[in-house]
Amino acid sequence: MILLVTGCALAVLPLLAILMHLLREGASSIDLNFFTQVQKPVGELGGGMAHAILGTAAQVGLAAGLGVPLGLACGIYLAEYGGRERLAGPVRFALELLASTPSILVGVFVYGVIVVPMKKFSLFSGALALMVILLPLVARTSEELLRLIPQHLREAGLALGLPRWKVILSVVLRSAWPGVWAAILLGIARIAGETAPLVLTSFGNPTFPRGLDQPSASLPLQIYTYAISPFDEWHRLAWAGALVLVFTVLALNAITRLTGGSNERRRAD
Amino acid sequence: MKADRIFIQILRAAAGVSLLILAAFFIQMFWSSLPALRAAGMSFFSGTDWDPNQDVFGAGAFIYGTLVSSLLALLIAVPISVATALCLTEIFPAKIAGVISFLVEMLAAIPSVVFGLWGVFVLSPLLRSSVQPFLSERFSWIPLFSGPPLGIGMMSAGVILAIMITPTLTALAREVFLSIPTLQREAAQALGATRWETIWIAVLKNAKSGLWGAIILGWGRALGETMAVTMVIGNRPQISASLFAPAQTLAAVLANEYAEATSDLHLSALSALGFTLLLVSTIIHLGAKFWIRRGRES
Amino acid sequence: MSADEQTKLQPRIELETIGLQAYFGETRAVHGVSLRMPRHRLTALIGPSGCGKSTFIRCLNRLHEEIPGARAEGQVLLEGEDIYRRGVDPVLIRRRIGMVFQRPNPFPTMSIYENVASGLLLAGVKDRRTLDPIVERSLKQAALWDEVKDQLKRTGTRLSGGQQQRLCIARALAVEPPVLLMDEPTSALDPISTARIEELLLELKKAVTVVMVTHNMQQAARISDQTAFFLLGDMVESGPTDAIFTNPKDQRTEQYITGRFG
Repeated sequence: MILLVTGCALAVLPLLAILMHLLREGASSIDLNFFTQVQKPVGELGGGMAHAILGTAAQVGLAAGLGVPLGLACGIYLAEYGGRERLAGPVRFALELLASTPSILVGVFVYGVIVVPMKKFSLFSGALALMVILLPLVARTSEELLRLIPQHLREAGLALGLPRWKVILSVVLRSAWPGVWAAILLGIARIAGETAPLVLTSFGNPTFPRGLDQPSASLPLQIYTYAISPFDEWHRLAWAGALVLVFTVLALNAITRLTGGSNERRRAD
Repeated sequence: MKADRIFIQILRAAAGVSLLILAAFFIQMFWSSLPALRAAGMSFFSGTDWDPNQDVFGAGAFIYGTLVSSLLALLIAVPISVATALCLTEIFPAKIAGVISFLVEMLAAIPSVVFGLWGVFVLSPLLRSSVQPFLSERFSWIPLFSGPPLGIGMMSAGVILAIMITPTLTALAREVFLSIPTLQREAAQALGATRWETIWIAVLKNAKSGLWGAIILGWGRALGETMAVTMVIGNRPQISASLFAPAQTLAAVLANEYAEATSDLHLSALSALGFTLLLVSTIIHLGAKFWIRRGRES
Repeated sequence: MSADEQTKLQPRIELETIGLQAYFGETRAVHGVSLRMPRHRLTALIGPSGCGKSTFIRCLNRLHEEIPGARAEGQVLLEGEDIYRRGVDPVLIRRRIGMVFQRPNPFPTMSIYENVASGLLLAGVKDRRTLDPIVERSLKQAALWDEVKDQLKRTGTRLSGGQQQRLCIARALAVEPPVLLMDEPTSALDPISTARIEELLLELKKAVTVVMVTHNMQQAARISDQTAFFLLGDMVESGPTDAIFTNPKDQRTEQYITGRFG
């Protein structure tokens, strides 16, 4: 019995250790410069993460703008038409495989189909990679949540003489919306912390992104760059960046969990 | 209704796009691996030398690093996760269990690169200064614990991976335990079993095939994990018996070399590593699903 | 009552099925039923569970076909026009045939007001000056106005079961359908709520043609004008309610209403 509780303590310990170190190493480095400055050349003190925060916002925003509607459409397709559409089985299978794929491979894929033909790394390709990761997350949870809406609500809508699309959007989706919205936020939190695929797509950039077709920094990637560098000044910034990233992501998670009450919904795979 | 027909066409298009993405994914990975696989043949998988400057590409060391680091992670994470899941379902009162599972879920939400950062600056130094010297003093006769304690290396990667897959494994194990009917537990208790015996007889024994599925799914996660591993494993494609030595994994080498690769053959060889990883993780995922389904039916 | 007098009393047939068959995949659930449902009369469909009466009523507004693999054959005439004719849009048919279900199903995300107005709101009518009187009229028709007039902004799911069911009736009535289908509307309710809804139906049928599935023979006897008895997918017999209950022609009907099976 003591063994079990020890195991449980070991599972929680790393979280506390990581949060503690983040606060201790990172908190002192978060100042106005952190949010307004870009990366300084090696050897100069100071510098910040403004370019990386902007880059992450742009890539995640673009990925969500494409991935959320697409994912929702797939979720609706599977939940509302799954019983009578021949494509439903293959689509569900495809989304499951996409969700189980290591994210670095999404980077390799997008590198092959976007970066190579365009002959350069770009913010746009990074956003596409994040979109490919977001799509199955949104699609699969929204399918699950839409299926939980009882059939009799759909029938009530249809019996009123409403067209099916209207019943689906105004009655079914609207009823499932709190959970779907939570799933979308969790998905966004997840892609906001993705690093591996961006190494091969948006690549990183020490200054502000200049356009969709230009390489772009992002917060996780910049943390990586700073962390593996040999400079103390950059390590300090890496910790500060990690602190900002983790607290953004954890806040998104905590809020959706505590308000949506959908903690049972999240599948570990 | 015309609007309904347009609506379903839009949904079909979206569904088609996700099918297309998956198809393009596999085709692209396969296509870009072909040149390297043609050039190296089967020696691509058996060879252990990787020297892009000499156009020598053997994936052996990466496959070895991937297998060993992920198995080490499972070795550490499985007992911890099963214990945690048992605490959550069998032992703790609902309130404490709620807090613990919330914390474990939060651990799952931390981005990989942050684990890497913590691994580089906290975990590896800790292993180097205390754990590894201890092990090499007592157990240096075991090859696993031979060599100088470097910190960065296979052991760091295994430990960081273990931390990262613990939430996944815990959640999966918890689901498996929850699916066991209360009746089974009551039956064991009625026979006079102690709490521990009840857990052993009624819960763990019934959960066996579901747990295997969970472990395989967790393994799949560990295989593909990239950033944290690349930051702590040392990035050296070598096969060393010692867990203290640097190593390299399939996923980590992609993050390290892909963007900097210059020759077409080097790129293709990296793609082939990716394709290998894609096939392995797909097979593992499907296998685990099959196992879990079998567990539910029995 | 002779057949002649019958025709005089019931000058118009609102809804009529001719050889209606319903399938789930390959299974036939309704075997060629022909039934006339006269205007401003209450037709009750009775029979043991699984007899096809619910499937039958769901064919009358083409809701049956919304279940994957389900389809219907034969004719259903609404004021003489076949609603299963090619090119007929089921959405337009359902606007003329309202339906109330076994379990009260108000839309959980909408207020009482929005629920009643939902058929119009979701069809694009947003003007309060148009909607207000319709909501009031429908709630009054459903005998719910006095109970909810001060809390129209609250969600409908906070009401009691009986109130929710009357809310659903108001919702169906708001689009002014000439026909109202009811699929066991009181089976999930307590006796007092049931009595209220029965009273309401007696009032409603002066303006609306009602077709009601019920598992409760006393209910059919109390409020319906015409009764049809279903058994194993067939309609065994139909006729004026008092005739069916006092002098059934078919032995199976007699056995059922005297409680010997089902």
